[in-house]
Amino acid sequence: MKWLKIINVQPVALADIPLIDIHDFRAGMIHRMHSGLRLVQFFAHPQEDTTVTLFAVLADDGQASLYVAGAKVARGADYPAVTPNVPAAHVFEREIYEQSGLLPQGHPWLKPVRKGIAGIDPSEMPYEFFRMNGDEVHEVGVGPIHAGVIEPGHFRFSCTGETVHHLEIELGFQHRGLEALMIRNQHPLYQMKLAETIAGDTVIGHGTAFVNAMEALGGVRCPRRAEQIRVIALELERVGVHLGDLSALSGDVAYLTGQSVFGAMRTQAINTSMVISGSRFGRGLLTPGGVRFDISGAMKRDILSTVDELQDKTELAAEVLFTSSSVLSRFERTGIISEATARNIGLVGPAGRASGIPIDVRADFPFGAYASFPVHAFSLKSGDVFARAYLRYVEIIQSLRIIREQVETLGDGPVSVNTGPIKGGQFVVSLCEGWRGEIAHTVITGRDGRCARYKIKDPSFNNWFGLALAVRMEGISDFPLCNKSFNLSYCGFDL
Amino acid sequence: MIDLLSLRKKHGRQAIPDIMKAQLPDNFRGFPLLNEALSAGGRSALAGACPTGAIQASPLHLDMGKCIFCGECEHVSNGAIRFTGNHLLGSASREGLVVTSGKTPDVYERTAIGNRREIHRLFGRSLKLRQVSAAGCNGCEMELAAAGNVNFDMGRFGIDFVASPRHADGIVITGPVSRNMAPALRDAIESIGEPRVIIAVGACAISGGLFADSPELDRSFFDVFTVDLYIPGCPPHPLTFIRGVLSFLERA
Repeated sequence: MKWLKIINVQPVALADIPLIDIHDFRAGMIHRMHSGLRLVQFFAHPQEDTTVTLFAVLADDGQASLYVAGAKVARGADYPAVTPNVPAAHVFEREIYEQSGLLPQGHPWLKPVRKGIAGIDPSEMPYEFFRMNGDEVHEVGVGPIHAGVIEPGHFRFSCTGETVHHLEIELGFQHRGLEALMIRNQHPLYQMKLAETIAGDTVIGHGTAFVNAMEALGGVRCPRRAEQIRVIALELERVGVHLGDLSALSGDVAYLTGQSVFGAMRTQAINTSMVISGSRFGRGLLTPGGVRFDISGAMKRDILSTVDELQDKTELAAEVLFTSSSVLSRFERTGIISEATARNIGLVGPAGRASGIPIDVRADFPFGAYASFPVHAFSLKSGDVFARAYLRYVEIIQSLRIIREQVETLGDGPVSVNTGPIKGGQFVVSLCEGWRGEIAHTVITGRDGRCARYKIKDPSFNNWFGLALAVRMEGISDFPLCNKSFNLSYCGFDL
Repeated sequence: MIDLLSLRKKHGRQAIPDIMKAQLPDNFRGFPLLNEALSAGGRSALAGACPTGAIQASPLHLDMGKCIFCGECEHVSNGAIRFTGNHLLGSASREGLVVTSGKTPDVYERTAIGNRREIHRLFGRSLKLRQVSAAGCNGCEMELAAAGNVNFDMGRFGIDFVASPRHADGIVITGPVSRNMAPALRDAIESIGEPRVIIAVGACAISGGLFADSPELDRSFFDVFTVDLYIPGCPPHPLTFIRGVLSFLERA
């Protein structure tokens, strides 16, 4: 059965998406993924009648194509799980079970995603952690509240001595009911602000995915100048976080010069977002139809001189960091994820690229102004903390170049246009490369033009399991370092 | 080695020399000035322009405990609402966060926190805080972490975040408090000996913010425990947090 071929941010009529028998759907999905396609989204859309429609979105990264199909299943029924054949589907199927009650029969690890965790709600089924047996085995439990000023989640390590044999991660503590709120209050401004808080460190990333989807559904094109300002903001966000992560990685190996130098540069980067939008994280900048704030002539000069200074200092600081033997001895060969494992579990973003998967939405599925200039999806093979750290540096330099070019070529004209009403009966997939990797928002509208389903996937949804595998057979004291090299979002996962 | 020395020289001194004198750029959206006379005719539009319902039309007022400082109301307000660059927003009472027409930043700054001799005596020279993110989006968390970085260096005032609630004099809450974090938040506060202070940071912690209507929240914590200091924002700037706490400690 043929799946519908679409491109990024292309709205299609819901009626055009082939609805196929669940067994054919499953077989087609497995066949396509074994032939090199990648799972982008896989979710349940409960209908008003007694059925649930499953939708899957697969990516052909080399061809800039997405393949979509659906399958109707009776509510409360079960279906043969995809996960035994495609491990990357494991967390998607767990979510499907939790959100719709459809049981993926044969799923090896039907652990709760956001509900029924930690025995908090007695009406929900409690979950038993994996346990390693043996006289020498001990468990270390960390969280939900962590030592630092960060979001909550629970980590449970099974160790002998210092060696971690298994890490089990329990998330869901941050669950705010975000997808439901997107449907509950459909005021466009409310939805925009909600999109900015999906992950507060990825305001522009998730915000871009949202505005692109809304513009596609409303049939409007954001003006060129606004597209360029969006690119500048998205790259500034990437530069800011990557610098912050290099600072934190330095701190985790007690390299204090790196910690303070990269930390101070990160402040400069996010203060540039403040100059543009009045917020260090770019809040309030994006709006469907354009951007809220323009970049003036004086601002252009400020941004360009900051970019030059950041490039100069980043190159010097990276030279010092990545030639320090005490740093390299901690970074190299620590927390390795092989390419085969990375592909199996579906890693995305810098974590995937560090393990040799050169995918990047900006390069593979360009949107907005990204369609008009090249972006390189840099990758490394070693899959260790070093690769994940070094790629951050390479990406900072690329992002600074993009910012410089966009500021210098900033066109004339308006920065926003009026948006039209949202079309009914549509389906759109909006992908954006946030600093963590592939962000996917799929929006389905009902006949009345209201959102019927707003499905969000933060790259953390793909990548958390990668962290669990990265620390296997490592010393437990390397956990903070591995963790920071991924720097995944709790609320982006928990929604 | 030469590179390292050159890097250190370029790095220079990063700390803001005088936190009391630090100003934010003009486009920062801080304390809102309200002018009721200018809102005639468009008041319902104003209230409708707020994604968190922070604006009441008649009499005109704006609740900074709900406000996410997005500035959308300013665009449609015809001058009735104007966000100033003033970042001193902390308040010792929930009611104090409600800004009425004609209230100026000067008056707000003098009255919002008020005299707390006892707090000064207990914590004036050292305040150790345990931060708990209860479904915070990482915006407030990043800004609180930044308050301790090389630029803002809150540690110079004896104010620090510590790892264990057992080492803490108080708790800083961010996020709207999800059902799944409610028990852990309760455990954390109960692990802190008295006297202790409770600080709520950001629109989510103060009022639920954008998530106020979500059935996934459990805000019963605030029925049981009294917040001593509110720091509004989405997220609040590190200077807003530091200045609010200093004022609370009567250090400023």
